[in-house]
Amino acid sequence: MPEPVLQVENLVKHYGDVQAVCGVSFSVQEGEVFGLLGPNGAGKTTIVEILEGLRTLDRGKVSVCGLDPQRNANELKAEIGAALQSTSLPDKLKTFEALQLFASFYSRRRDPEELLKRFGLEEKRNTFYSKLSGGQKQRLALAMALVNNPRVLFFDEPTAGLDPQVRREIYDIIDELRREKKTIVMTTHYIEEAERLCDRVAIVDHGKVIALGTPRELKARSGDKTRIEVRLAQPESDFDLIRLDGVTDCRTVNGTYILHCQRPPQAIVSLVKHLETRGNELVGLEIATPSLEDVFIELTGRRLRD
Amino acid sequence: MKHFLTLTRMRIRLTLRNKMFLFFSVIMPFGFFFLFAGIIAKGDPRVVRFLLGPVIAMAVMGSFWGLSAALVTFREQGILRRFHVTPVTAADMLASSIVANYVLILPTVACELFFARIIFHVSDFGNLFSFAVFVTVGVISFASMGLVVASVTNTMQETQVLNQLIWLPLIFLSGATIPLASLPKLAQLFGIFLPATYLVWGLQGAIYTSLPIWKLWVEVVSLLCWAILTFTVAANLFRWEPESKIPRNAKLWAAATALPFLLLGIWEQHTGSLLMDARAAYRSIENAERTEHPRNSPEPPSRFKAQPEHDTQ
Repeated sequence: MPEPVLQVENLVKHYGDVQAVCGVSFSVQEGEVFGLLGPNGAGKTTIVEILEGLRTLDRGKVSVCGLDPQRNANELKAEIGAALQSTSLPDKLKTFEALQLFASFYSRRRDPEELLKRFGLEEKRNTFYSKLSGGQKQRLALAMALVNNPRVLFFDEPTAGLDPQVRREIYDIIDELRREKKTIVMTTHYIEEAERLCDRVAIVDHGKVIALGTPRELKARSGDKTRIEVRLAQPESDFDLIRLDGVTDCRTVNGTYILHCQRPPQAIVSLVKHLETRGNELVGLEIATPSLEDVFIELTGRRLRD
Repeated sequence: MKHFLTLTRMRIRLTLRNKMFLFFSVIMPFGFFFLFAGIIAKGDPRVVRFLLGPVIAMAVMGSFWGLSAALVTFREQGILRRFHVTPVTAADMLASSIVANYVLILPTVACELFFARIIFHVSDFGNLFSFAVFVTVGVISFASMGLVVASVTNTMQETQVLNQLIWLPLIFLSGATIPLASLPKLAQLFGIFLPATYLVWGLQGAIYTSLPIWKLWVEVVSLLCWAILTFTVAANLFRWEPESKIPRNAKLWAAATALPFLLLGIWEQHTGSLLMDARAAYRSIENAERTEHPRNSPEPPSRFKAQPEHDTQ
């Protein structure tokens, strides 16, 4: 196997008494799209910002393109491109000017005109940043990450706060970059995004990687079980529900019972029968195909978006 | 160096697109100019020439307002962090702010001189080299002070409050609005500790008294030392991230930038020579207004002897 382009070993970072990252390790190969999936506050952004050289680390070893982000910050900055979370540009800067300005900071650079075209911003070339829509701003942010034709791209929550249609536009852009074999490290708290875009995903919670693998591998871990979510008129014990025919696991998350089952039809029949004998009632029912959400629930007992 | 130039261009462009700039760099300086030259000096070319120093000092000092506000906004909105992932350095960022400011101030200053000549018939602007040196050193030092303000405040509100606290004494107790020599003794006592005072004297010495730069060395050297100190402090306290905390000793460092003028003030308190010059210059104006009824005016002391008389037409 070739040398990974990015390596993280036992990374630790504290903010005062809060341990934001507690011993994270992973590596990313050239041409791979690697996702850090986890709820808000899991430490994903901290990890990415350490890799970008924006933050210092407390312990551990990090290497990006063979460089140490602390010691070789300047060399590193020439090799990476980033679309940060919670960032902005001056209100009165025009789209094309922004690309031109940022391209001027690098010796290896791409043609701003070409990026403008590629990201569908041609018509907005002379529009002030403050007048762009959320989706246009995000497209510009991604275009700006590419101005130096970087070896590694970092996208921190690239679709957070965007409406579903715009989000799909961004997915298409990332998909295209993936086909071009760009190395991308992205963070997200959207299951769909990680499943659709990433070659490999690290699930992060409370500053730790709790699972790592391809989306398929991770889903296989939870046995490819269908998830049935039910809300009941009266509480039931998890213990009773687990014993139902066809049900392999049951958890309660915020009053909703989450049943994992290999044979969903049997499970539903036996659940209804059980509720009838108990004089309980079904208030709501949802069936979901296996996803990374199940992996997360299985590992943490919480939902990703809680 | 290349980054610094492109950043400077960007800053100039952005500032020209900002409506606040129109106020601070056009309306305010010209407002003061016409107020001083037209109403206070009553159009008398000699008095206008005397007041050009304070008026231009005001334009030069005003640079610190916009600069601190712009930098704090950049940080608050996360704009600086975007620059932080590029090879741009803190020094690029700070130096480009100052140079952009300097470039933007020059037309204002040039227009003020132009109006003084065309409208108020001021025929002689004294020593232009000394004048250019003071405009340059003035912008660099006061802009650096703006950068220090930006580094010890977190929000725009804090910045504006601190700016007000600095601005008011700077303009009222330095001779920039009211000649220092006409202020009460107590105010004069305070004024000699302010950098603005030395900028006003320097500019007045250049324009009104036509002094060569080496006769104004105290003013130049003190402002230059102050500029180096403030810039160094600003560069050390520079923060890219909105959430990064102000270091505990930052306020101490910021306060330390007052040191050069504290020392100079004490020395000046002791010798009183600069203040004497200022009084003499002021008296010469008062006397000029009563040329028909000359009084026994005391002999102007020290450097002030170089004061020219030939511009009263």
